[in-house]
Amino acid sequence: MTAFVRNQWYVAAYGREIGRELFARTILGESLVFYRTTSGRVVALADRCVHRRYPLSESRLEGDTIVCGYHGFTYDQGGTCVFVPGQARIPRTARVASYPVVEQDSFVWVWIGDHDRADPSSIPRAPWLDDPAYTSVSGMEPLAARYQLLVDNLMDLSHETYLHGGYIGTPEVANTPITTEVDEDRGIVYVSRHMADAECPLFYAKSTGIEGRITRWQDIEYHPPCLYLLHSRIAPVGVLPNADGSDPGGFHVEVVYAITPETENSTHDFWAVARDFALGDHEVSDFLAENNRTVVMQDVVALNLLEKVIATEPEGYQELSINIDTGGLAARRILKRMAEAGAAPARPSEAVPS
Amino acid sequence: MTSPSMPRGDTVYRIDWTLGTDVLDGVCHCGARRRSEDPVELWEWLLAHPAGHEPPARAGGGG
Ligand code: FES
Ligand SMILES: [Fe+2]
Repeated sequence: MTAFVRNQWYVAAYGREIGRELFARTILGESLVFYRTTSGRVVALADRCVHRRYPLSESRLEGDTIVCGYHGFTYDQGGTCVFVPGQARIPRTARVASYPVVEQDSFVWVWIGDHDRADPSSIPRAPWLDDPAYTSVSGMEPLAARYQLLVDNLMDLSHETYLHGGYIGTPEVANTPITTEVDEDRGIVYVSRHMADAECPLFYAKSTGIEGRITRWQDIEYHPPCLYLLHSRIAPVGVLPNADGSDPGGFHVEVVYAITPETENSTHDFWAVARDFALGDHEVSDFLAENNRTVVMQDVVALNLLEKVIATEPEGYQELSINIDTGGLAARRILKRMAEAGAAPARPSEAVPS
Repeated sequence: MTSPSMPRGDTVYRIDWTLGTDVLDGVCHCGARRRSEDPVELWEWLLAHPAGHEPPARAGGGG
């Protein structure tokens, strides 16, 4: 029994990571190899030669085909074997699985599940990462912990006060009540925390230039399983958006995470920070990138520790939940439901071997 | 334009943490409401809809 949510889109990489070199990445326990064709399209195939299992990622790209590095089986973009050494007949079963891929919002999304259920229009959006009106910094940190721990972590930002004190945490974060909403039809969890009068953490003071206290809004929008958005609004105390929704006095930071399970106990932790101010300012970009990476690493270290604790704890250990956990509890429930739905066969007939 | 999108579906469950208290205020899409200090218990009650969900009391009616 696995807690993976199958039949879903996952962020596999940033588009910039995939080029004319073969690129390996494991997603939901499946080893994949990626490359970009000569026409620029991203291809994802199972990273295991059908002949003797040699990793295709350790092989050679020749035009738009992969030539296995062991005995030369050659696969096209669809995973079909088009050449085998020494004989003319290509076995009918000589193909590796191919995966549906969509490049969007700077990410390479891959569908893990049954091909005929892949619907590109269901991929949640993070448009700021690919919008000239924003400047973004981004990265990915490997996490040696199950993805559920990262979901818990991101759904409850009160931990900023303790784990990220001095960086993005100030006392007000843990002390401000939250509103949590679950949109059952769309499968989205919202958590919002609006701080009317808060200390300005260095992260925002240095990047926005605001001196003194701030109005700080954190609006989380989690699209399980993979995409997490934090709409962060910073303004001098009391400066609010206009009635028509325009917000010239506010600084907007869109924090995006993609939570992609690698194995049952490890996760690709993609993070990005897009801003609508100091556009193109390299100093601000460098500062935000370095600071955000520091914050992400504080979480990584803590979650790696938690994973070890969980691995060695006795069966049936009970946690204790309090008010700050309201959003995390909602996310867990949706993930559980999605895991069950994703594990079920698409149609009853599929369960019958043909 | 960058303002957060909030739920627009017809099936929205909501829990407000009441400012200055430890009380959580759960509201179901059917209008039923319940207060609690335990988020686990409150989600269970919300998601059990319609079981145990009374339609909202009309105008005023405390309780
Ligand atoms: S293992 Fe790939 S050709 Fe033999
Ligand atoms: Fe954190």
